[in-house]
Amino acid sequence: MAKVVGFNGNAAVAYAMKQINPDVVAAYPITPQTDCVERFAEYVSEGLVDSEFITVESEHSAMSACIGAAAAGGRVMTATAANGLALMWEMLYIAASMRLPIVMMVTNRALSGNINIHCDHADTMGARDAGWIHLFSENAQEAYDNTIQAIKIAEDLGVRLPIMVTQDGFIISHAVERVEILEDEEVKNFIGAYKGRYPLLDLNNPVTYGPIDLFDYYFEHKRSQIEAIDNCLPVIERVGKEFGELSGRNYELLEGYRLEDAEYAVVALGSTCGTAREAIDSLREKGKKVGLLKMRCFRPFPRESVIEALSPLKGIAVLDRSVSFGGFGGPLFTEVRSALYDAPSRPSIINFFYGLGGRDIYPEDIEKALEKTEEVVKAGKIEQHIDYLGLRE
Amino acid sequence: MSELKGWKELVPGGLIVEAGNAKEYKTGDWRTEKPELNPEKCIHCFFCWAYCPDNAVIVDAEAGKMLAFNYDYCKGCGICAAACPAKGAITMVPER
Repeated sequence: MAKVVGFNGNAAVAYAMKQINPDVVAAYPITPQTDCVERFAEYVSEGLVDSEFITVESEHSAMSACIGAAAAGGRVMTATAANGLALMWEMLYIAASMRLPIVMMVTNRALSGNINIHCDHADTMGARDAGWIHLFSENAQEAYDNTIQAIKIAEDLGVRLPIMVTQDGFIISHAVERVEILEDEEVKNFIGAYKGRYPLLDLNNPVTYGPIDLFDYYFEHKRSQIEAIDNCLPVIERVGKEFGELSGRNYELLEGYRLEDAEYAVVALGSTCGTAREAIDSLREKGKKVGLLKMRCFRPFPRESVIEALSPLKGIAVLDRSVSFGGFGGPLFTEVRSALYDAPSRPSIINFFYGLGGRDIYPEDIEKALEKTEEVVKAGKIEQHIDYLGLRE
Repeated sequence: MSELKGWKELVPGGLIVEAGNAKEYKTGDWRTEKPELNPEKCIHCFFCWAYCPDNAVIVDAEAGKMLAFNYDYCKGCGICAAACPAKGAITMVPER
């Protein structure tokens, strides 16, 4: 019988970190992540973990320390949010380029300005091109489960890339929910022991990390990085299945909800997927054939799975909780629409921006998005590709 | 220049996993000018050898002879020609 506790998202991830017992954690507090790192610091001070906990003066230093520790050969974790992630920017690329399997929890929060501490996805979407794997969580349970899986995915010899496990700031990070936890031994056995591939501390085999790399080799190194992140989709799937065998909670790249016979669907990330289930159940009761596609894995983008899931539909509402200013739609819309360009049949796709700066989204908003999408399909013409939910005109 | 490898042959992360391999990186192709030696004018004073920042002057120390330049590593800075007291022994010429 699984042990059930009341945890908010931050506590769930801190507890996962305790069970993972990483060699090094270097972190700087930032709302709404602070609660997670505070809890982990308590585990450190109580002697419940062996981790070297480095308190740093900024997020740039936090990621730098993580990179150093990971290059030295350690299992390394950290956590951040919003502007803290933005301050790590330079180092995010370096961590990925050096193929260091750092696992970082990010509580998604709006980027300044103006100053806002609540949830949107501007922070991690901005970092989507940095070479990290991005796993989104729908609730505290998934934040816990994804954190444990992330260690195993990142450290797989075919992957060796850093991973961001995200959870919606406050909505998940600060809401206490029912969370099933594994035994310490189960987590330990699941993730296994870690062995760094080229550890700097192996003094008999000296290596150089991050040498100058000019026009003669930089391009080839980027090409091999493209291959590395593309190749990790099967590993994410395999680890999700193994985690399912252990916990009873199976994980895939994407999750469909009532999609089998659906004609219209919403595509969303994070906690909004929970809200969408409500909306879909309510519309189904009215006889509408609607469903949800939850994107768990956003980077690498599971193109084939997206085509398979969405191509048969008539219309899709893609919900974006962040803006790509001046772009044609939000990051999720652009990606989904592009994937479907070569699909056997192409549904109509509308982009709905919502929830910026923590604005709540309600089941009625999602119902409206699905209804609008149906209207567009029936009219046979998209006049407005971009729309907004919950915005005052 | 040594043979360039394709992307599939590279060490993940662009690491250098063997120690002491700087000598494999032939920096001579950075050169735009190269020093040319006129052995008839050379007085074998070893000034060029002492001043060269790249250790690219080949000498026979026992015989006390300056022999040649190592063009694998000579970057063409011209310090040898400037330091040479025997006028005309070292001339900088455009690299072709």
